[in-house]
Amino acid sequence: MSLAVRVIPCLDVDGGRVVKGVNFQNLRDAGDPVEMAKVYDAEGADELTFLDITASSGDRETTYDVVRRTAEQVFIPLTVGGGVRTTEDVDRLLRAGADKVGVNTAAIARPELIREISERFGSQVLVLSVDARRCPEGTVTPSGFEVTTHGGRRGTGIDAVQWAHRAAELGAGEILLNSMDADGTKDGYDIAMVGAVRKHVTIPVIASGGAGKLADFAPAVEAGADAVLAASVFHFGDLRIGQVKNALREAGHPVR
Amino acid sequence: MTERKKVVVFDYGFGNVRSAERALARAGAEVEITGDYDTAMNADGLLVPGVGAFAACMTGLRKARGDWVVERRLAGGRPVMGICVGMQILFGRGIEHGVEAEGLDEWPGTVGPLKADVVPHMGWNTVEAPGDSRLFAGLPAEARYYFVHSYAVHDWELRTTNPAMAAPRVTWATHGERFVAAVENGPLWATQFHPEKSGDAGAQLLTNWISTL
Repeated sequence: MSLAVRVIPCLDVDGGRVVKGVNFQNLRDAGDPVEMAKVYDAEGADELTFLDITASSGDRETTYDVVRRTAEQVFIPLTVGGGVRTTEDVDRLLRAGADKVGVNTAAIARPELIREISERFGSQVLVLSVDARRCPEGTVTPSGFEVTTHGGRRGTGIDAVQWAHRAAELGAGEILLNSMDADGTKDGYDIAMVGAVRKHVTIPVIASGGAGKLADFAPAVEAGADAVLAASVFHFGDLRIGQVKNALREAGHPVR
Repeated sequence: MTERKKVVVFDYGFGNVRSAERALARAGAEVEITGDYDTAMNADGLLVPGVGAFAACMTGLRKARGDWVVERRLAGGRPVMGICVGMQILFGRGIEHGVEAEGLDEWPGTVGPLKADVVPHMGWNTVEAPGDSRLFAGLPAEARYYFVHSYAVHDWELRTTNPAMAAPRVTWATHGERFVAAVENGPLWATQFHPEKSGDAGAQLLTNWISTL
């Protein structure tokens, strides 16, 4: 027996509501992240990720409230990302009940933030989100993968593999590797990208972006992912957590 | 209905005390989060959480007189349970980044870096529990528990030669190498994984602990 591959549904939350429509039976309120979290927990999700896309900082209170209510009812690890800029943001999310916190843009602007968070709270709380794409014509990084910001629209010229490696050295506990090319396509994860990052970091890697069918998950694991994350295929009920686990099990990968 | 057992989650600034509180309440205990000495001394059970660095946890624990609380409770045979770094600090010493720190030394042994291809050991893993384990009673062998750690205890060094004393029950897990996943030793129990984050299996385990209080 060995460590199970984690299957992680991700919920986009805006002002305390789930953004994308969901159509599950027996759900009183499909827009309530807490209700959704309970469904995923019951279906066997190994962790949950909330991506807070709330634009105005005044609405952040609703996010803390959602985290608080979720942690009261769901007894699996909860990661919350989106808009985390300071160690104080991390502190508030952890106090609300998050187990891990996702950091993205703020760490690109100031990599020291990774060290500050890991030194204060331990590296196990810090998930570094990397939104990466294949280098477009005109830009070249050593690995051929580039870190982006602004939802993949803006390139940074930073090599994605080197960035993941540096983040791990600074104290990140895990890499959430999101392919901006694959995101939304349902054509499968960017296997080459997962493999490239896996080769250069020894912390866990979560593959994200592109999951569309059951056969998409095992190749990500075979490329070196420790966990697979998906959003829309779960929200719209195209795939269920249990089906994904069965597919992984049949491919020879341990699951819970 | 029998009276609910009172459990204190010791609050010394390290660990997700809220998660522990909710999980224990779900398992049927009356729970209080506090760093208050007397309250912690008098509870039926004391749960010591812990995350982050070994040395920082020990410093925080001493500041809150948690070392005394644990010591005095155990001297009186009162149950204590350590979780994650809350388990690690029960051993003799911890070595992180080459820096050695003293632990509570309830058990001899050293907490050192876990050697595996991927570290932290993060996620759901199985354990090898002894057949007479009370902590894992009723849980199937294939049950999985949530681990998050980069350091571990590789050797169980306590030798019990007195036949009048119950031998400690030690549970193991493997990630890269074999390490101590849980211990049941008289009133002192501990887990390297997080039962409060281990879903239904974790709830069963906490219920098992509470039933011994």
